[in-house]
Order: sequence, then C-alpha cells, then structure tokens
Amino acid sequence: MSETAMTRREWLLTDRPQSRLQARLGRAYVTWRRFAANRLAVIGMLIILGLIVLAIFAPLLAPYSPYVGDLAKSRLLPPDAAHWLGTDDQGRDILSRLIYGSRLTLQVVVLVAIIAAPLGLLVGTVAGYAGGWVDAVLMRITDIFLAFPKLVLALAFVAALGPGIGNAIIAIAITSWPPYARIARAETLTVRNSDYISAVRLMGASPWRIVLRHIMPLCISSLIVRVTLDMAGIILTAAGLGFLGLGAQPPLPEWGAMIASGRRFILDQWWVAAMPGFAILVVSLGFNLLGDGLRDALDPRGSSQ
Amino acid sequence: MSTLLDVRDLRVSFPTRTGMVEAVRGVSFTLGRERLGIVGESGSGKSQTGRAIMGLTPEHGRISAEKLEFNGIDLTKASKAERRALRGKRIAMILQDPKYSLNPVMSIGRQIIETLRTHEPVGRAEARRRALDMLAAVQIRDPERVFDLYPHEVSGGMGQRAMIAMMLVAGPELLIADEPTSALDVTVQLDVLGILHRLVADRGMGLIFISHDLRLVSSFCDRVIVMYAGRIVEELPASRLSEAEHPYTRGLLNCMPKIGVDRHPLPVLDRKPEWAL
Amino acid sequence: MSPAERRMPARRANRRAFATLKAIAGFVVVVATTYLGLLAVTFFIGRVVPIDPVLAIVGDRAPSHVVERVRQEMGFNLPYYQQFFLYVKGVLQGDFGTSVLTTNPVMTDIRRVFPATMELATVGTVIGAAFGIPLGVLAAVRRGSLADQIVRIVGLVGYSVPIFWLGLLALLVFYARLGWTSGPGRMDVVFEYTFTPITGFFLLDAILNRDWAAFRDIVSHIVLPGSLLGYFSLAYISRMTRSFMLNELSQEYIVAARAKGLSETRIIWGHALRNAAVPLVTVIALSYAGLLEGSVLTETVFAWPGLGLYITNSLQNADMNAVLGGTIVIGSVFIAINLLSDVLYRMLDPRTRTR
Repeated sequence: MSETAMTRREWLLTDRPQSRLQARLGRAYVTWRRFAANRLAVIGMLIILGLIVLAIFAPLLAPYSPYVGDLAKSRLLPPDAAHWLGTDDQGRDILSRLIYGSRLTLQVVVLVAIIAAPLGLLVGTVAGYAGGWVDAVLMRITDIFLAFPKLVLALAFVAALGPGIGNAIIAIAITSWPPYARIARAETLTVRNSDYISAVRLMGASPWRIVLRHIMPLCISSLIVRVTLDMAGIILTAAGLGFLGLGAQPPLPEWGAMIASGRRFILDQWWVAAMPGFAILVVSLGFNLLGDGLRDALDPRGSSQ
Repeated sequence: MSTLLDVRDLRVSFPTRTGMVEAVRGVSFTLGRERLGIVGESGSGKSQTGRAIMGLTPEHGRISAEKLEFNGIDLTKASKAERRALRGKRIAMILQDPKYSLNPVMSIGRQIIETLRTHEPVGRAEARRRALDMLAAVQIRDPERVFDLYPHEVSGGMGQRAMIAMMLVAGPELLIADEPTSALDVTVQLDVLGILHRLVADRGMGLIFISHDLRLVSSFCDRVIVMYAGRIVEELPASRLSEAEHPYTRGLLNCMPKIGVDRHPLPVLDRKPEWAL
Repeated sequence: MSPAERRMPARRANRRAFATLKAIAGFVVVVATTYLGLLAVTFFIGRVVPIDPVLAIVGDRAPSHVVERVRQEMGFNLPYYQQFFLYVKGVLQGDFGTSVLTTNPVMTDIRRVFPATMELATVGTVIGAAFGIPLGVLAAVRRGSLADQIVRIVGLVGYSVPIFWLGLLALLVFYARLGWTSGPGRMDVVFEYTFTPITGFFLLDAILNRDWAAFRDIVSHIVLPGSLLGYFSLAYISRMTRSFMLNELSQEYIVAARAKGLSETRIIWGHALRNAAVPLVTVIALSYAGLLEGSVLTETVFAWPGLGLYITNSLQNADMNAVLGGTIVIGSVFIAINLLSDVLYRMLDPRTRTR
C-alpha cells in the first residue's frame, strides 16, 4: 500500500514527465502540497466547500421553511434546542433562512465572477497584445473606472435600475472588472514578445487566436487568485446593498437584508441581526483565507515575503 | 606583526526543510594588518565567513567557533550591543552593488554622517566637515555637490566610492570588502581598487577581500585563501599562487585564459565530493 | 571651470522644469478625462438607464402637463450628446439639480452634510494609521511569531466583517449595554442650540469655541463610528505596511545599515520605514477614500448626519438628483485624493524628482 503511494508520488514529482498530462498533474500536485501546508488556507477552503454543500442541499439541511413561520407561537424566540439560532419577527427559523441564504450568496459571487472576470480578461489581453492607441484608450477607460468609488457607484446603478438581486449583481460586476483588466494586461505584456508567441505568429495564427488560445490561459492563474480575494469584497458589497434595501427583496433570505430587518430588534433580540452578520463574516473570511493561500501557492515569489 | 583577527574552526549553519545545512564548516585563519583574499565560487561560504565576523549572519543562522577574536575581544562572548559598537567603528564592510546597498531615499552626505554620529559624539558642522573630507579622500572631485545627491543620481563607481567613504569615515581597523568591484564597469573597477588600496595602506588597516576572481585577488592581496564547499582547501601567499597544489585551486587557475596556449577543449572546473569532506 | 561646465546647471534646470511641466500636463489630462468619465457614468445612470428620467424626477403621480413642462425645461427632448454637454456645464457650475426630498439645491445640501463625513473619515484614518503602521512594522520585524499571526488575523477579520453589522453590535454593547459611549448622531440635542459650527468639523469647532462640555460630548459620539472605520482602515494599512516592510528589510541597504553599527530601532524606523513610507502614502490615501465611501453604510447605522446618510435617505426616496450629486462629490474627492497621493509620492521619493 505504502509502496504504491510512494511510486505514485515519485511519478508525480518526476523531473522527466512522459506526457503532458503527467507534467500538469505533477505541477498541480506541487501546488497542492504548498497550499495544503498552509493551515489557514485549508480552513478557508473548508468554509467555502461547506458553503457550497449548504447551498446544494439546503432543502435537506434546513430544519424549517425559510419563508413561512409560526407567527402565533414562535416570534422572536432566543436560540434554543428547537431553533438553534432563534427566530425572527415573523416566527421564521433563522438557521433555515441562513442555509437558504447561502444560495443567494453563492449566486452573487459566481455571477459577478462570470461577468466581470472574462470582461476584464478580454479588455486587458487585447490592450496588452494590441498595444499602441488601443492600449492607451482601453487602459485610460480602465483607470477611470478604477478611480471611481465602487460602492457608491453600485448604489447609484441599482437606484436607477431598481432594487433587486439581479440588478445588484450587474451593478457590482460593472464596478469590479477594472483590476482584472490591469492584471491581464500586465501578464500579457510579459509574454507578448516571448519567442513562443513569435513562433505561433510565424505559423500564421491570427491575433485573436493568439490572444484567446495562447495568452489568455497564462493570465488565468493570477486572475483566479485576484477573483478569490475579491469574493469577500463582493459578498460585503452585496450584503451592504441588501442592508440598504437595494439588493434581494423580502422575503428572500439574503443575509444583508436579514441584518436590516433585525436592526429594529437589536436591543432586545440581538440574535436576529447578529446571526446573519456572523454568517457573512465567516464566509468572507473563508474566501480571504482561500485567496491568500492560493496566491502563496501559485506564486512562490509572493509567499517568500 | 600583531594579530588583528584570529578565527579558529568557524562554523555557520542554517536550518532548512531538509535539516541543517552548513555554509561554513570549520574555517580557521589569522589576519594581521595585511590584505587577505578569500576566493571561491558562489556558495563556497566566503560571504558567510565575512558576515559571521561582522556579526551579520541572518537571525535564523547558527554560528559556532572555537575562537573568534578581534584585537583581543572575544566576539563569541560579546553581547549584541558590543558587537554593534564594533561594527562601523572598528570593523567595517563594503558590499557588492552600491545601487542596492545605499539607502535610496537618503542623501549620500547624510548616510556618511550617520555612521560617524552613531559612533562619535560630534556636532553637525564637524560631522559635515569630516564627511566632506572623507568624500575627498575617495577622490570625489566635487564633495560639496555629491554630499547632497541621492544614490540614484550618481554612477556605479561614484556610488561605490560613497560606500567606501561611508564605511571608513569612523576609522575602522579591519575592513571586509565583499565583492566590492564585481558590479562595476571594468574601467571603473581599477579606479575603485586603487582608492581602496591607498586607503588601506595609508591607514594601516587589515583587509579581507572576498571575491570570485582569483586573478584580481592574487594581484591585490598579500595572501590568498581558497574556499570550497564551506572549507578552506588551500592557503598560500599571493606571489606563490602558481605553485598551488590543491586540484581545485589548479582548476581555478586553469580557467584563466593565457596567450599562446591552445585552449581546446576549454577546461571545466572539476568538483570532487571528497574535497568537501 | 570651463564655460561649458558653467552652462551645465542652467541646462539641467531647464530640463528639470520641462519634465515638471510635462508631469503637470499629464496630471491635468488624467484628471480631466477621469472627471469626464465620472460625469459620463452618472449621466448614463441618471438619464439613460431609467425608462423616463422625467418621471424619476417629478414622480409618477405628476399631471401630464407638468411632466411635459419639466421635459422641456430640463432639455430632455434634446439628443443625448447635447444633454450631456448641458449636464457637464451644469455640474461644473456646481448645479446638481434640486433635491425632491429637501427641496434645496443638491449642492447646498451636500455642503451642509459633507464636513460631518470628512470629520468621521479623518478620525478613522488617523486611528487606522496610528495603530496600523506600528502593528504592520511589528508583524514584519517579528515575522512568523505569534504577534505576526495575531496582526494577520485581526487584519483578515477587518477585511471580512460587514462594517454595518459590526456597528450595530458595537452600539448594542458599548452604548446600550455598557453605557460607555453616546449613541447615534453627532452630538446630544442639548448642545444643538448653543453650539455654533465654524468649520463644520465639530471637534475643531468645539476647540475653537472653547466649549469643553460640547467637546466631550462630540468625542463620546464619534468614538464608536470613528474606531469602527479606524479598524477597517487598520486592517488594510497594517497588512500593506507588513508587506512593504518585509520587502524593504530584505534589501541590501539594510545589511549596509547594520554594518554601519546602527541600532535596530534606527534601522527599522529610520531606514526601512522611511522607504516603505513612499508606497504607504498611497495606501493611506486610498484607505481615506475607502472610508469616505464606507460612510454610506456606517452613517446609516450611526445616524451620522453626513453625505452617506444623505445618499441613502435619497435612495430610499428615489431622489436621483441627490444620489447622483452625492456620487459625483465622492467621485471628485476620490480623484482629488488619487492626485494628491501621486504628488506626495513624488515628493517622498527622490528617484521620481529628478531623472
């Protein structure tokens, strides 16, 4: 048993991989080892995995309905054996609402990442590869967006579009792509003049093919790190919009909106506002720990600092 | 000749993931008011030897020595504060590249004055005058102007002269020069070496000249130590370098191009594991 | 000295003046395009995104002739580019329109509320820098130690905590339960009739008025939201300080400073931090800007009568002129802070002064 494990390890760590797959797996293994050595990063990853499990199996895990409570008997109950985290002013079980709320949180971060990261990647790689005035114009636009107050701008967007979780996602995505464009451009500039790109060009590849097939994949890993680190900020912004009544609308169990509705009872029934805030803290901490760990594992230069 | 520095069985080791790695493994030598060259390839422990004498071994490194004595002061027993008082005042060190070894946001003059005022209770005007004298002593033509310049505003040669001025202003007795000319243009190297040579001779300092360049060391120093893998493999007067016996030293010597000799195939430096034992 | 040598300084001075002019011109272009971009976005939000911007201004219960008159008056029947031109012209003259909620010109409202926000953000940044820089230095110097770990966790939690939630909890604990601080607002009602604002920065005003009772009251009001924003900014500043300091401490000039016999204190604070200060200025400026923005959430929790509360109140009443006016002001301050940090960077780093 241990012997096969050893050989597998050796196979992964070999200096002379026999195939592209082996080389890739070997690299992934080394990265994983570096990542797994960081205890905080592993905790972060577990938190995020937990969030995903909660979101997928919410109906199975939630003990009560997230929308319907017993107004007569279970209003504003403190945490006890039946309601681990207490109940809110409509008699709904807070734990169940938090579990269902994980779906909204995950929805926000995934959708923002899916919209903003490719947008930034496209702008950055095109600007970096094309150079000249295309680069100048695209980067000026990026810098202009970077200089804006993100939260306030997102607020104004949602105010114009109308409140709702979909509009909140659009507003956050619109304000969060510029850093990705900068990173992608920086990575592009470092590889643009390298020999293998010249080789592809000599073989007659079109600029689009070069950007899409050869440059973009190289930007992915630093982009993933940055997106992971930004996730916490996205969650906090979404929660802030929800808190101000501009994000998800009642009765959706969005964590920020839950804090807002618990605010009235903060003096006597503190748990109504405290529990969802704690959930936000744990999840964004998870993303921050994971992002830090990924950065250190993928970029050995940064980890030596 | 009085002994300035007495080193016996000096060892420096660093913990790594795979255990302790010894960078310096039992180095012994004595130094009077003379010029001693330490030669070796990178990783041979020559720089760590110099830093151990300075007391600048990185914090996680461990030093042991049977004897490490400077002018009768037992450096192994000296406190951190005592070591610090020696540094800059009695033992000084010149680093490789002035581009990195001078503080970029401090004017050259202030960096020189800082050394002086750390070790001597001198007034502002007096410190300034002595710093200017020192700049003149390293053959800077317009000390007043250079005094107010920042490191990025001067050339490499000028920067290294400023570095020498900064390290010698408090009048040390022992100078450790760690590759002082490797980062400079060839034409400037000779100027800087000349300045160094004159200052060392005029002030009667002891000099440890650390370099990877055997020819440079043999022409500049009185005595040469050859290091390999943390050990001294050979010690001999510079004038008798051609009589070196150790195969590693011979290998280094063979690497030097000679006119009128067939160089095919180019000699490759031989490294035998038993030399490191 | 030869004549050629004598001419040298003059030529160098000329070149330096030219470089400075070029830098200033660059700044002007950057600021102008950024500002135009900001206005383009707010224009887009205010005029293009809503289906009918007039309705957004007069409300959907206004009679149709009123709607039509407003449409004419505000030039909404013109093509977008002409509208944008008029819009930029108006904003540059300080005309952000009229607030539906307060019926004042938006600019007047903002002038009234903005000092409160700036005072809060300033207190927060001062607290954040005063604690964040030493903590970051400590973490870098004792890298890997328990202290480093604690600073790291404190910083990560600061990055991850919803600030409005922490504010609610702080109010609950320190105001409601313990009674150590005052509650929401800037000062007690008692003082509102006797206190005459001069600068709008109440702490300063109380000192200028020598009104120590009011000063104490103002301090006990600002301490909670100020520390909260301070914590937020501390998280950012300590983390960046640590990383800048680690970078500086690994440089060769630190070895040289040790070889000179300097004390560790002098090496850390006089050499390493002095170099780390160059990028730190940008970090502190950005953190100040972040706090101005964070005011939107903090002020809501603490009923702090500043720009953030003004914007959120306007949001709740669909008062778009006020919302966009507030956005433009915060955006302008962002641009100004970015510019200021650039200038400070150049002043602190001799390498950028001369080429």
